[in-house]
Amino acid sequence: MRPDDYKYSESHEWIKYNEKKKEATVGITDYAVKQLADLVHIDLPKVGDNIEQGAPFGEIESVKTVADLVSPLTGKIIEVNKEVGGDLDTLKEEPFEDGWLIKIKPSDPAELESLMTKKEYEEFLESSEEDDKEDGDKKEKDEDVDEDDFV
Amino acid sequence: MKTIFEKSHPGRSTAYFAAAAPGEKPVSAYLPEKSLRAKPPGLPEVSELEIVRHFTELSHRTFSIDGNFYPLGSCTMKYNPKINEKIAAMAGFAKLHPLQPFDTVQGLLEIMWSLERMLAEIAGMDAVTLQPAAGAQGELTGLLLIRSHHQENKQDHRTQILIPDSAHGTNPATATLSGYKTVSVKSDGRGGVDLEDLKSKLSDKVAGMMITNPSTLGLFEENIREIADLVHKAGGLVYMDGANMNAIQGKARPGDFGIDVMHFNLHKTFSTPHGGGGPGSGPVACKKFLEPYLPVPRIVKDGSTFKFDGAQPKTIGKVKAFWGNVGMHIRAYTYIRFHGPEGIRRNAEHAVLNANYLMSKLKTRFKVAYPRVCMHEFVIDNTPYAKKTGVRTLDMAKRLLDYNYHPPTIYFPLIVHEAMMIEPTETESRETLDAFADAMLKIADEAKNTPDLVKKAPHTMPVKRLDEVRAAKNPNVKWCTPCDPPPPPEE
Amino acid sequence: MDYIQNTPADASDMLKSIGVKSIDDLFASIPEAVRLKRPLEIPPALPEQDLLAHLSALAARNRTFDAGRCFLGAGAYNHYVPAVVDALFSRGEFLSAYTPYQAEASQGTLQHIFEFQSMICELTGMDVANASHYDGGTALEEAVAMAVDHTERKKVVLSGGVNPQYRAVVKSLFKHLGATIVEVAQVRGQTPVATLKEAAQDAACIVIQNPNFLGGIEDVPAVAEIAHAAGALAVASVNPTALALLKSPGECGFDIAVGEGQPLGIDMNFGGPWAGFIAAKKEFIRGMPGRIVGETVDAEGKRGFTLTLQAREQHIRREKASSNICTNQALMALRATIYLETLGPGGLGRVAELCVQRAHELAEKIVKVPGVKVPFQYPFFHEFVAEIPHPAQTLTRLQERGFLGGLYLQPIFRDLRDHVLLCCTERNTSADIDAFVAALAESI
Repeated sequence: MRPDDYKYSESHEWIKYNEKKKEATVGITDYAVKQLADLVHIDLPKVGDNIEQGAPFGEIESVKTVADLVSPLTGKIIEVNKEVGGDLDTLKEEPFEDGWLIKIKPSDPAELESLMTKKEYEEFLESSEEDDKEDGDKKEKDEDVDEDDFV
Repeated sequence: MKTIFEKSHPGRSTAYFAAAAPGEKPVSAYLPEKSLRAKPPGLPEVSELEIVRHFTELSHRTFSIDGNFYPLGSCTMKYNPKINEKIAAMAGFAKLHPLQPFDTVQGLLEIMWSLERMLAEIAGMDAVTLQPAAGAQGELTGLLLIRSHHQENKQDHRTQILIPDSAHGTNPATATLSGYKTVSVKSDGRGGVDLEDLKSKLSDKVAGMMITNPSTLGLFEENIREIADLVHKAGGLVYMDGANMNAIQGKARPGDFGIDVMHFNLHKTFSTPHGGGGPGSGPVACKKFLEPYLPVPRIVKDGSTFKFDGAQPKTIGKVKAFWGNVGMHIRAYTYIRFHGPEGIRRNAEHAVLNANYLMSKLKTRFKVAYPRVCMHEFVIDNTPYAKKTGVRTLDMAKRLLDYNYHPPTIYFPLIVHEAMMIEPTETESRETLDAFADAMLKIADEAKNTPDLVKKAPHTMPVKRLDEVRAAKNPNVKWCTPCDPPPPPEE
Repeated sequence: MDYIQNTPADASDMLKSIGVKSIDDLFASIPEAVRLKRPLEIPPALPEQDLLAHLSALAARNRTFDAGRCFLGAGAYNHYVPAVVDALFSRGEFLSAYTPYQAEASQGTLQHIFEFQSMICELTGMDVANASHYDGGTALEEAVAMAVDHTERKKVVLSGGVNPQYRAVVKSLFKHLGATIVEVAQVRGQTPVATLKEAAQDAACIVIQNPNFLGGIEDVPAVAEIAHAAGALAVASVNPTALALLKSPGECGFDIAVGEGQPLGIDMNFGGPWAGFIAAKKEFIRGMPGRIVGETVDAEGKRGFTLTLQAREQHIRREKASSNICTNQALMALRATIYLETLGPGGLGRVAELCVQRAHELAEKIVKVPGVKVPFQYPFFHEFVAEIPHPAQTLTRLQERGFLGGLYLQPIFRDLRDHVLLCCTERNTSADIDAFVAALAESI
């Protein structure tokens, strides 16, 4: 599902850069949507807003959590997806196409270099899941705990 | 069950006041027509009997301590003594106007003044304010005290508050509201504050640290003195969230282990009723050097007369109109006077005994997140069940309802996966704890053998699991149609 | 004395099951140096009988005034509460229930909160109300916070007619957040609309109280217009009893309405616990603080209630939350709910009517006492200002005669040197009013 020619960020945004128009379309990945589970609301910025790489450009809410949408690039917001707020299921079904969120005119296209390729993103996802497991294992134990010890 | 609006019929209300006498002028004779409503508000009309049936039925559709065991971690759902209610309802307390002259409320001022002193003693501190209406307001008050202190000492560059990643959500929310930036401190493998992480985050930008002790994992911070020392050396102050005081009251005093300011939750440690979500009361205790900043008015004793004193030039001001949730002060005072020093200490001892006993009955079938002696609560990690059977903490919680137990706190603290935080409190009997443990073990078996039964629970409540997504996506937060207006008065 | 059920035999068994020798072993994790090694220095335990005697003696040292003899309002009002309210309110199921996070086991709590929200919306003319706030003052402070967030402006305009306690709370909680608070003083009991207009530029909100602290009815539609023309939100602080008669703030164009629920059947309790309320137009729902109950369906399509939009609250948003409120005043909101449903629109309307009639009766009769004036001509609900010779001493002498004679205003409003704020409710009969006027004449 994840397009090969997109770029990806560590905060799970995807970026589709149009060289000719010098425009970047931004959305969130299928992984992010899955983590959030039941989506209920999204807050997007206004056209004309300035945005910085690494700064939040909006919020997405599920029943149990709220998460920042983080901008992968610095620039100006030139278009905002008006449909997606009314039909959040689009993010589940088409996170990489119809589920786009904003279009940015980047002020420094070189920033794209700092983003990940699809392969790098998938490696990043794998290693984060391992880190989570390690954090869990960091806790002091008397002996190795196995599910079968309890269930 | 119908809402009251569906039971409303025009003309049904019982009358409690004499009808208009002839010669009475209408309201429009006194008030400008343009400021008046065109028709009465669409409130429901039901008879007194229907009111009684309605609220009686509502009371049957709610769990309560009076009806059910409520081992909610961090909430301290202990028995709410009836004598507290009887005393708080006395006319000599309930009917007092907050602006009555102080010489007409000496008995009440004495209660508030004495309660301040008793709380200061339990805290190991020097001064107390009873004004904050709840724990969150207490936290805000405490951080504003810290802020005033730094301002007076020209330390305005201190813009950060350190908060452990296991903290209750009100802590970082309060830090933001006080104008601070939250910096999270990791917990170590033993569930305490990670000292190395703490050291790496201390700097002259730190205004203070908010800490809960015992922690939200039910564990006493073994390094508390070192933590407090480190923060103090960096020029910061230490705030303690007193939600878990039930474990240490009479056994250790926060003022003795390095805390500068803290709040109490009267609705937790001191048995004032939770009431379906409040009222609470969050008195704040502090060391002498923070006393000048406390909210006004202070309660002072002038000879043998109690007075309000608003002349505190360095005060942070008022955090609430009037003097605090006085009805809760009276209940807490009554509670502490009933217990005396030994009773208070025994509460801590038996809260901890009950928690450890319950843990001992569950630990062979449930993974205890930090398997060692706990304080008044302990946390279970249900990942083994989630992984092997697909049954999650949420499902087990819902299934406990079918066994007539209110479930423990779930999915908190955030640092434990599939968390279930269990706090029995000292007022439960051993039989209740045994029966609860039995139910948990049955549910563990059900998770293994008949997981669907658990995943679809509860089965015996007035409703099944509710569609929360629908409630959040299309919020429907009031009854849509106003009730029909009452009929005009008879000629 | 305590409520512990474990006997020493129980404790002994339990310690064995845990695998430790004594209760002290369970406290080993507390470093030795910080353990408290002496009893707490608090008074010794009192058995219940003695406790009752002790508290009764303390209660006896407080002076209660007969309801009919109370002419003091100023933010706390003496209303008649039907017996059924107390009887239902004191059920243990309501008192000792927890926050309804487990919705299936809390439908009773959730439904009474939903009914409260609905009736507050109906009275205020708004689309959404929360489950209650600490009190009217903190509800106002939250409304101001909503306006500051929404408009991204830092200037707040407060009418001087807003309860001084509420203004103090707003100031304490905002001064460190870099907000500028501009107060527009009242003139002869009314807020000058022209001055508000001047101050409105760049404001996040304009806050007006109606009826105001001195009892006066303000020109609220004009205030809402001024606010909107300046791009600010219009916030009204209101009295719920008065709303039985007055046009709702929603109808007058306000964005947010806040107030104190104490007049709705809640005992004065020397100032708390009461129940603040906050209600707003639907576009502000995501900025509302506190708990909100929503209607939904269960897995079988049956109607049910649940806490909703929790992603606004501190337990989810943490440092990004716009309010830190957790515990609210649910039990007191329940009391208001029972009161409102018991009285119905006719009953609440009658209470409001009697308040207006009696207050005006007092104003008429009081000027017959030599030296007493009613100096201001503003229209008022149930409170008004009277000018009385030697007010401090007069009030003391009235107190000796068994009357709570009103609030001396000079400590709050410097220029109201000889002025007192008087209040009447349905509890002051004509006979009470006559007795008061006679006592006043004697006391001057």
